[in-house]
Amino acid sequence: MISLTNVKKVYAGGVTALNNVSLHIDPGELVGIVGPSGSGKSTMLNMLGTLDQPSSGSVRIDGHDVGGLSDTKLAALRATRIGFVFQHFHLAAGVAVVDNVADGLLYAGIRLGERRERAAKALERVGLGHRMNHRPHELSGGERQRVAIARAVTGNPSLLLADEPTGALDSTSGATVMRLLRELHEMGTTVVIITHDGDIAKSLDRQVHMRDGGITRDSTREHALIAEARR
Amino acid sequence: MTSTLQRPPRMSARDVLRVGAVGLRTRPMRAFLSSLGIAIGIAAMAAVVGISSSSQADLDRTLSALGTNLLTATPGNTLTGEQAKLPVESEDMVGRIEAVQEVSALGHISEAKVYRTDKVPEEQTNGISAYATRLDVLSVTGGEIGRGSWLNKATDDYPATVLGSVAAERLGVREPGVHVLIGNTWFTVVGILDEVPLATELDTAALLGWPAAQTYLNWEPHPSTIYTRSADAHVHTVRDLLGATVNPEAPNEVEVSRPSDALAAKQAAGEVFTGLLLGLGAVALLVGGVGVANTMVISVLERRSEIGLRRSLGATRGQIRTQFLAESLLLAALGGAGGVLLGALVTAGYSAYQMWPIVVPAWALAGGLGSTLVIGAIAGLYPAIRASRLSPTEALATT
Ligand SMILES: Nc1ncnc2c1ncn2[C@@H]1O[C@H](COP(=O)(O)OP(=O)(O)OP(=O)(O)O)[C@@H](O)[C@H]1O
Ligand SMILES: [Mg+2]
Repeated sequence: MISLTNVKKVYAGGVTALNNVSLHIDPGELVGIVGPSGSGKSTMLNMLGTLDQPSSGSVRIDGHDVGGLSDTKLAALRATRIGFVFQHFHLAAGVAVVDNVADGLLYAGIRLGERRERAAKALERVGLGHRMNHRPHELSGGERQRVAIARAVTGNPSLLLADEPTGALDSTSGATVMRLLRELHEMGTTVVIITHDGDIAKSLDRQVHMRDGGITRDSTREHALIAEARR
Repeated sequence: MTSTLQRPPRMSARDVLRVGAVGLRTRPMRAFLSSLGIAIGIAAMAAVVGISSSSQADLDRTLSALGTNLLTATPGNTLTGEQAKLPVESEDMVGRIEAVQEVSALGHISEAKVYRTDKVPEEQTNGISAYATRLDVLSVTGGEIGRGSWLNKATDDYPATVLGSVAAERLGVREPGVHVLIGNTWFTVVGILDEVPLATELDTAALLGWPAAQTYLNWEPHPSTIYTRSADAHVHTVRDLLGATVNPEAPNEVEVSRPSDALAAKQAAGEVFTGLLLGLGAVALLVGGVGVANTMVISVLERRSEIGLRRSLGATRGQIRTQFLAESLLLAALGGAGGVLLGALVTAGYSAYQMWPIVVPAWALAGGLGSTLVIGAIAGLYPAIRASRLSPTEALATT
């Protein structure tokens, strides 16, 4: 599904946010990326989502070498294969929830009527079928994040990337959001989640630990359980 | 899992419009104000063109009703600079020109002043002149009687007068039947004329019968203005002959003019002014365009996170560019449509008020709308390109 090989990212100011990182994620995995603030998690997610290009090294997604793709091809990749969920939802204010979700299909070249139908289905899936015509400001934070998830998955992406999706939510809403992401994973979607929350991280199949732009540990849940048992 | 990447189909025109209208829907007041700038410019230009076309149409209508075949001969100056006189027999001479169909004349009674009462000091003349008139002056000049009646065989030799529209107003005469003092004689006002566009001297005239002027005012009969009508095809020939016919001894002491030309010339003088107003409208339009550009620059700055989101949803750079260009075009087009409508309404209102035919030229409307689109495109280009160059991560970083 995804492989990063010797990826390095140096920002304009001279900050090395990723330093020779190599990572392979198989289709259908549920991966958590954890680490202290400034360790390069978001930078890594941007690489995985083709939103940014590495300074050196290569990124392959779904068999495509991202470095060799034109802007149009990259956009097509994002439009059809990748869904994003952000910490701050990024919903359009004043636009009905169903239209916010339908915009997830806008750039995949689907007609408006069908976009709305599919958006309605995605909203049912996240349990917001009854709030379709509400505006985002009428929803709670957790509900807004569920709308954002609906928008990310209405195009049936094979890869879902979430940057601290529960970061702005209370624990109950956070749990609902996590349940939804896990459901998606169970249906076959590759899901990568950045999180600060240790409990959430532990509940994921695989955890990638980062520090200072490098991967310090990459363990499956079994590893973690074993490690805990040993102590 | 792996498959070839297919480029999604292009966005439909409808989707481009919907996305372009996002900014307008979320900030309607700002959109309204920035299109208002364009609207004012376009409205000004459309109204100027519309009003000048309507006034032109009115002139055309007037000219075709009044005819362009009226020629007048008046005395000019002698070589020594004195006021020349037309010979007494000049009327008959003109009548003998073959192409001339109708002849008529006025005779200025220079000594006679016109007053409403005998209490007014003699120096105050109101600018009203007394004229002896032939009975057919009205039909030859295309004048119309507004109230009362015109002079006839019976009143021709009778102390009766017909006042021009301006003269009646200045004398405070609204209805026929009152008396006015001309020279030292009281004359009964029998009629009041409407304005006579082709013979404005009639507007400020008090008109008496030719014999009456001689009987009551001791006037020595001399024509001062000769009017002729001839077939349209011969107007030029008659014009060339008129001076020599009126005064064979001193043709250059006769001034020949074609009043319809003077009307058209007045219109042409107005066109310079029209051009000036049009220029002002263009400046307003330009300012409106700058307003739209400004709105777009701000819009792009404010909506960085929306841009980032759209990029993450799969928008290409081109699609972002198109979105903001469409928004700018929409703003300008809304302004243009509003402006054209406003300009047409102003034209209609003003023309109706002036009793002109309402003419709003299609080319002006199309041109107005077309120019707003050009302005919208220019105003939106730079902001749109900036928006499309934003890197998705940078755009998303601003919350
Ligand atoms: N656009 C940028 N320009 C310059 N430096 C940047 C930029 N984005 C991130 N950085 C730097 O790169 C490093 C890694 O940033 P990154 O956002 O990936 O951290 P993070 O692990 O996501 O942190 P957090 O948990 O606080 O979100 C940081 O030192 C940050 O200051
Ligand atoms: Mg981060």
